[in-house]
Amino acid sequence: MSGMHAFGKAQDIAALMNRRRANAVAWNLVFILSTALAVLFLLLLVCSIVDSVFGYAVLTDEIEPSALVPAKSSVGDFSRQELEEVALTRLSSGVLRRVEHEKPIAQRSDKDLRDLVEHYVVKPKVLRTWGFWDSLTKRAEVSAFIARNPGSYASFRSWLTPSFIVSDQSADPLRAGIRTALLGSLWIIMITFLFAFPVGVGAAIYLQEYALDTRLNRILKLNIFNLSAVPSIIYGLLGLAVFVRAMEPFTSGALFRSFTDNTANGRTIVSGGLTLGLLVLPIIIINTQEALKAVPDSLRMSAYGVGATKWQTIWYQVLPVSVDRILTGTILALSRALGETAPLVVIGASTFISVDPSGIFSKFTTLPIQIYQWSARPQGAYRNIAAAAIVSLMILLLLMNSVAIHTRDKIAKKKRLES
Amino acid sequence: MNNHPAALALHHLGAATDVPKERPILQLQQVNIHYGQFHAVKDATFDILEKHVTAFIGPSGCGKSTVLRSINRMNDMIRGSRMEGKILFNDHDLYADQVDPVLIRRRIGMVFQKPNPFPKSIHENIAWGARINGYKGDFDELVEQSLRQAALWDEVKDKLKQNALRLSGGQQQRLCIARTIAVQPEVILMDEPASALDPIATGRIEELILELKNSYTIVIVTHNMGQASRVSDHTAFFMVDEKRTGYLQEYAPTEQLFLNPQHKKTEQYISGKFG
Repeated sequence: MSGMHAFGKAQDIAALMNRRRANAVAWNLVFILSTALAVLFLLLLVCSIVDSVFGYAVLTDEIEPSALVPAKSSVGDFSRQELEEVALTRLSSGVLRRVEHEKPIAQRSDKDLRDLVEHYVVKPKVLRTWGFWDSLTKRAEVSAFIARNPGSYASFRSWLTPSFIVSDQSADPLRAGIRTALLGSLWIIMITFLFAFPVGVGAAIYLQEYALDTRLNRILKLNIFNLSAVPSIIYGLLGLAVFVRAMEPFTSGALFRSFTDNTANGRTIVSGGLTLGLLVLPIIIINTQEALKAVPDSLRMSAYGVGATKWQTIWYQVLPVSVDRILTGTILALSRALGETAPLVVIGASTFISVDPSGIFSKFTTLPIQIYQWSARPQGAYRNIAAAAIVSLMILLLLMNSVAIHTRDKIAKKKRLES
Repeated sequence: MNNHPAALALHHLGAATDVPKERPILQLQQVNIHYGQFHAVKDATFDILEKHVTAFIGPSGCGKSTVLRSINRMNDMIRGSRMEGKILFNDHDLYADQVDPVLIRRRIGMVFQKPNPFPKSIHENIAWGARINGYKGDFDELVEQSLRQAALWDEVKDKLKQNALRLSGGQQQRLCIARTIAVQPEVILMDEPASALDPIATGRIEELILELKNSYTIVIVTHNMGQASRVSDHTAFFMVDEKRTGYLQEYAPTEQLFLNPQHKKTEQYISGKFG
């Protein structure tokens, strides 16, 4: 058969060509649609969170500022003299005594006094909140609500403020902040990194570079893969049994006579950090193994060829070219740890503490736990601060990742130019 | 130097006959190599002479590279490889229990088929091997001297801080040779060092080999019979039997092997009847 006829007549070829083109276009559309769908949901997620962070809140004061100082509708307008007067006359005797004991009224700053008056005298309370979108579109509903509730007033506010970041926990959503949870998260992630990075990279180096290809080692590698798929709550149970209970003398700090907080027992930062460390260990091991696998054998051979030992080959040649991949894997693993809630709840992280962690033997709470706890409350304002905390967590993640990626790129650049 | 292959070969063959002393630096005795169940090389026995160039030729799968890698115990790196027999290096058994393969690889260096410089600067490529082996001298001097010996100095002397991967393939291969020289080995093993290079770069590597044999013993695996005849003093011809096991068919001074082969297989191979 001649070559011409093997592929059919001219019109057959043209028809086939059209079908092939149509096929390619169809698949292209499918891929574009799936990408668009993913982007759409991501946008929806961001919008729904941001929607809760800004918007109207209708507040009511227990004592209106104008009742304290005539003709002044906001504590912000009070003069120094008026602030001191209100503080001395309106604070309950118990609060006054405590406040005076901490720092005499006369020596306090204006801002300080304003906060005092707001908190103890005016006592604003959130009646209802609206999301950003509703605030723009349902102004009438807000006005109607104010009309129904005499003495209430609306204020358009951002729930994410600098003072939200630096304030500690409070029962009042207007005053609550995430400082304690933020510090808890940072401490935990530090312990997780210090534990999981060296152990994970070490294990991966052993498995990839040293371990012989025996049945036992193959089973070991397979199981590490399986471990990375174990639900995180299981790690919480493990952490509870091992770190909180069995290793209590160590994890509570009793062994080191470091009673920073002796109510914590084993439910400390070090227990939480180690539990999350176990959780991300398989991820770091797998990522590091993949990074080492990607280094061509010819590089190892050339190092052996000039009389390098196995360790010199790994340390001076293999690790420098795989370090950026290893760090990428570690960044991903730590990001996961930063967002984990379940295992920390299981090991008994505190849900309501206002004492900042002071070391690795302190009790703690973390941002995800704080978010979970706030979003579970019925009052509307807690949902808003939960959203603000979510935004803070995302910003923290972005910050952490960009610092890590920047460091990684600097290392990679240095490696390329290395003399 | 005249680059014409025939001229090179004649020049070389003439010179090979009046080498004064012929001391075997490596002695292979009944070398058998297995990879797991597979018997890769059987009963290879021959001597490699000091400051000579010895070429290993033969068809694919004949075990010539395997034998080469067994000389500096690079085969140890391959899982499941097993070696029987003896390889004596300056009369010491390389496979004796107390021998450290790392030390052997410093004294018996290796240049690979594909140029594989370290992904570091040119300077570091040469200095690193010396540094990890405890070199105490002046590194700049060592780098210059090694690059000069590898005929690369003039091309790279102004860019020693540059990444070695930016050099051309031929330059990279000469850098790999310089890197091997820098740890001052006695033997240099070359596994098809020019097979990934163009003819001009190949010619330069061949010139370099002829230069280097004044100071080093060189063992070269090559598929190119012209190259074997141009650069080597002795040639080992390996064949493969019906069970795919390689064996040494003929070993002789290069001139004799090419002009007057003793075996039919050798004659067929060098005349291009198979391979």
